[in-house]
Amino acid sequence: MSITLILFWFLSVLALFSAAMVVASKNPVYSVLWLILVFFAISGHYLLLNAQFLAIVNIIVYAGAIMVLFLFVIMLMNLNKSNEPKRNKWLNLAGVLAGGCLLLVLVAALKNAETKATLAETGTGNIGLIENLGKALFTDYVVPFEISSVLFLSAMVGAVVLGKKESSPDTAGQSGKSSEK
Amino acid sequence: MHLLSIDWWFLLEKLVLIMVIISLSLVIAMYTTYAERKVAAWLQDRRGPNRAGPWGILQPLADGGKLFFKEEIIPLVSSKFLFILGPSLAMITALLTSAVIPWGTSLHLFGREMPLQIADVNIGILYIFGVVSLGVYGIMIGGWASNNKFSLLAAIRAASQMISYELAMGLALIAVLMLAGSLQMSVIVQNQIDHGWHVIYQPLGFVIFFICALAECNRTPFDLAEAENELNFGYHQEYSSMKLGFYLFAEYINMFISSAVMATLFFGGYDIPFVNEASWGISPNLLALIGFAVLMAKIFFFLFVFIWIRWTIPRFRYDQLMNLGWKGLIPLSLANMVLTAVVMLILKK
Amino acid sequence: MQLTQRAKHVDRHPMTWIERLYFWNILKGMLITLRHLFKRKATINFPEQKRSFSSVFRGLHVLNRDEEGRERCTACGLCAVACPAEAITMEAAERLPGEEQLYREEKYAAKYEINMLRCIFCGLCEEACPKDAIYLSQTFAPSNYSRKGFIYKKDDMLIPNPLTEPETYKKALGERPAKMIGNQ
Repeated sequence: MSITLILFWFLSVLALFSAAMVVASKNPVYSVLWLILVFFAISGHYLLLNAQFLAIVNIIVYAGAIMVLFLFVIMLMNLNKSNEPKRNKWLNLAGVLAGGCLLLVLVAALKNAETKATLAETGTGNIGLIENLGKALFTDYVVPFEISSVLFLSAMVGAVVLGKKESSPDTAGQSGKSSEK
Repeated sequence: MHLLSIDWWFLLEKLVLIMVIISLSLVIAMYTTYAERKVAAWLQDRRGPNRAGPWGILQPLADGGKLFFKEEIIPLVSSKFLFILGPSLAMITALLTSAVIPWGTSLHLFGREMPLQIADVNIGILYIFGVVSLGVYGIMIGGWASNNKFSLLAAIRAASQMISYELAMGLALIAVLMLAGSLQMSVIVQNQIDHGWHVIYQPLGFVIFFICALAECNRTPFDLAEAENELNFGYHQEYSSMKLGFYLFAEYINMFISSAVMATLFFGGYDIPFVNEASWGISPNLLALIGFAVLMAKIFFFLFVFIWIRWTIPRFRYDQLMNLGWKGLIPLSLANMVLTAVVMLILKK
Repeated sequence: MQLTQRAKHVDRHPMTWIERLYFWNILKGMLITLRHLFKRKATINFPEQKRSFSSVFRGLHVLNRDEEGRERCTACGLCAVACPAEAITMEAAERLPGEEQLYREEKYAAKYEINMLRCIFCGLCEEACPKDAIYLSQTFAPSNYSRKGFIYKKDDMLIPNPLTEPETYKKALGERPAKMIGNQ
């Protein structure tokens, strides 16, 4: 068993277990912390695929920025075990049904996909290195890349507009700016 | 000696390097606390600690001993695990950053070439950013687990400050990366050895980076995260004993690491200024050690500037802090980036 | 209206662009602190070095003896009356036969206490004393852990006997021999 394989299994188990704990945790703050662990495990997988750039960007953007905003919201809402609302039994059942349907669709979609031919090259591929990734993004995929940047720009403009709507001009500028993140 | 297809000598070599660098950063952080007290005293015409040992050089040990023997208090209704995780995370993230900094060229020992850098990864700078962005969690988890509204608010204040200044820091760095053409730390240093220090080409970028580094380390004038007197001591209000010590200590390690990053990115890293050391014809081992000493000298200079600023400039108000970050530094660093790109394009043609 | 020439006019003009950058002002401030780095330090390393007191410094009280080693105090209570802080209490007692070498007059202070927390070290007791039995020395009250420790008893203040321990007597006398001799 090579070291890569050991790491792969370790990271996979870690990722799946943490993902399960995200759902199972009673306290939403713990859920967020487990989710951060999931991102770390996924970054580890990226590293095994020699996609260093993706791995670190996953950590910077998701674990470092988005999850912090999640934590902000959850910590300020002060959701505790004690004041968790009682859920409807039927609502639980509906949730299980919806999740099962999603699983069914995913399995159906992936069943016919050719997994053998496109097996990931652990440790040898170099498309994830920053030079190759940059070249690919700015030559082959330049149109989708630019379109997605326009999408982000519009999201930023939207955030500023929403923030400016407040009556007091001082606070409006502040919230508009910070929601750009 | 191949088991599990790992080069065990390589592993051993890296382990030794990691041990050395971590203990070095701990010792330097320890003596930065001493330097802080001494310099503060000198700037205020006092003498500073001079009782523990000659010139008070054992003072950090006395401080540490005091923190260890203090009573440890864990709030009853807080989550004990997270309460301990907070300071541990702060310490871990502070120490992790040193992994990609090139501390010198390479040593030649036992017939092996041993680079004085733990990991020369392709994405050195981004790694530093990733770890720094994780530093927020130590503060937030600690503040939340304290189960105290003041701590929570202070933690959120600190976290939003760090996130805000990370942006300007990253944008200021992009111009440097364009000059160097790589994210790899060793390549960036080599580029400076060949073409002169980046601070010559990027003075504005350096100033922005320095201001952001102050904010990232929660140093004055941006130390709102731990404003003892007017903001209720910040996120570590409920902490006592060595757990408080960890938070405070992590700040000093962060200071050391960010000084090292600044020296590496803008001041040539282990490059000896004004001379071509390769033409001296001395052994590469000695040369590596001299380079390491030069890097340390640069780092100590930055540490002194950090302390000097702390005892000169008063604290910013929170809205001033946010204004400076979002309306001042980010547009400025964007302009710096565009300007650099334009100049580079013109010069290349 | 200006009473003195020293009044400083406060400049409240809106900041110019340069001033709003703060850089120049921060630089100026940093240079000021840097200059202090090389200045002479004001601190005195206390237990090793001591600041010298002026010759009229009023510190802890000393109960005096005459040249034969007898206590001078007769417990007349004038010092207690003169004390503005009401820090002095005393109890008088009659000298018994055979105690002539201990007390100079027929009456002496059996108990003499000064509360050093109340005392303001004004020296009025010294001026009030007709027998020159109390004077203020050039030391100050050392710190203590309890309030009780600041109530000085007679034993704490009595000067050593000049006949049996002349050296400690001289030391306790301080820099005031001139006054002592003039009052015989």
